[in-house]
Amino acid sequence: MKKFAITLYVAVTLALMAWGFYQAMYVAPNDAMQGEIFRIIYYHVPSFAAAFTFFSVSFLGSIGFLSWRRSHPNWAQIADAWALAGAEVGVVFCSVGLTTGPLWGRRAWGIWWTWDARLTTTLVLWLIYVSYLLLRRFAAGPQMQTLAAVLGIFGALDVPIVYMANRWWRTQHPAPVFGGASGSGMAPSMVGALLWNMLAWFAWGVLILGIRYHIERQQQKIAAREAEQALNA
Amino acid sequence: MTSPLLTHLVKDLRIEWRSREAVNSMLFFALLVVVLFSLAFSPRGAFSQEISGGVICVATLFASMSALNQAWAREIRHQVLDAQRMAPTPGAELFLAKVLANFLFVSIVQLVLAPVFLVFYNLHVQGQAWQLALVLPLGTWALVANGTFFAALSIRSRNRELLLPLILFPIFMPALLAMVLATGSILTGDSDPTLWIKLLLGYNIIFTTVSLLLFDVVLHAE
Repeated sequence: MKKFAITLYVAVTLALMAWGFYQAMYVAPNDAMQGEIFRIIYYHVPSFAAAFTFFSVSFLGSIGFLSWRRSHPNWAQIADAWALAGAEVGVVFCSVGLTTGPLWGRRAWGIWWTWDARLTTTLVLWLIYVSYLLLRRFAAGPQMQTLAAVLGIFGALDVPIVYMANRWWRTQHPAPVFGGASGSGMAPSMVGALLWNMLAWFAWGVLILGIRYHIERQQQKIAAREAEQALNA
Repeated sequence: MTSPLLTHLVKDLRIEWRSREAVNSMLFFALLVVVLFSLAFSPRGAFSQEISGGVICVATLFASMSALNQAWAREIRHQVLDAQRMAPTPGAELFLAKVLANFLFVSIVQLVLAPVFLVFYNLHVQGQAWQLALVLPLGTWALVANGTFFAALSIRSRNRELLLPLILFPIFMPALLAMVLATGSILTGDSDPTLWIKLLLGYNIIFTTVSLLLFDVVLHAE
């Protein structure tokens, strides 16, 4: 039953992605100002939406690990696996967004990159979560989970401050190029395509997140078994 | 009866007074960074006014790395840290003492460096100079409080010293931005730094509180 549900979910996800691609490439019209390049929005925006969601999963996982690590060790391990999976998948989606952004910006704004509030915040967010993954790689043993959870909380706290800092910075010195984001007044024919792609990429992200979570749980169990064997040997 | 905070602080200050390791190495390193930057950018006139705020902040940031790592590496030797973990005192006091000691060391470095800096970059402060006495300590506190916390965190990892800049720099970015912009606007006198001072203050309050709350978790991580 479980296997069937997973297979069904994978099939639905793949169908959604194919449908989303069709919507983005063939159904949605060209943008009046930007032409074909505008279609990158159907990948750019869903990637970031997914990235922010998965980073929130990581933040909640970190809090869960710290609050349960003494009282419910098993829950804490689950929370830690979610924290890791959320951060890893979030970094991947964030990287996709940070790659599609400059490609779009080059055509729409004429420049690859600008140090405006949203761009800088996203880049710093990406850097913070990469450093989180580095810490997980560099630290060893069970203490690593605690240290990573602490860094996860610090990182999430930093994001609103980075955003405010950059907003003030840029409102004091208005950047010559800003805009081009979707936001106000999107044609209904485009909204449909955007929502389909949003759904498709979320489904895909959740699938990867689930797989990553499952692998991490297996590794935790293997590590626990090995530790037990070493104790009994 | 002295408080554990005072005991830790006096111990750290005494070690530094006898060895002068942290301040001397930081001072020389910061001087090197200042010289390297002036070689790399050959600052002149208005341009040197604009970048000097950034240079002094980044120089302090780089220089403090070694001292922050040393602060905890010293405790690792002879299992001092393990003894401190067993001591029935709150870890927050140990943390605060380390922060205060490092804050003092970095401030000394900045004070000594400031005249050198004014000479090398031909600076004359066009804004209100007294505001620098507010911005630099606030920025230094942000650096030192976070730095001490993450140094304690990274010292528990396999790569120890290597990890600190990798995790501190991203977290420290908003404070660095505020510090650079505030210093810059005071030096050039172009704009009002009040907003950035407020941001630094807010950053310090939030992160110092969280550090104090979470330090025990890091200290006792196992």
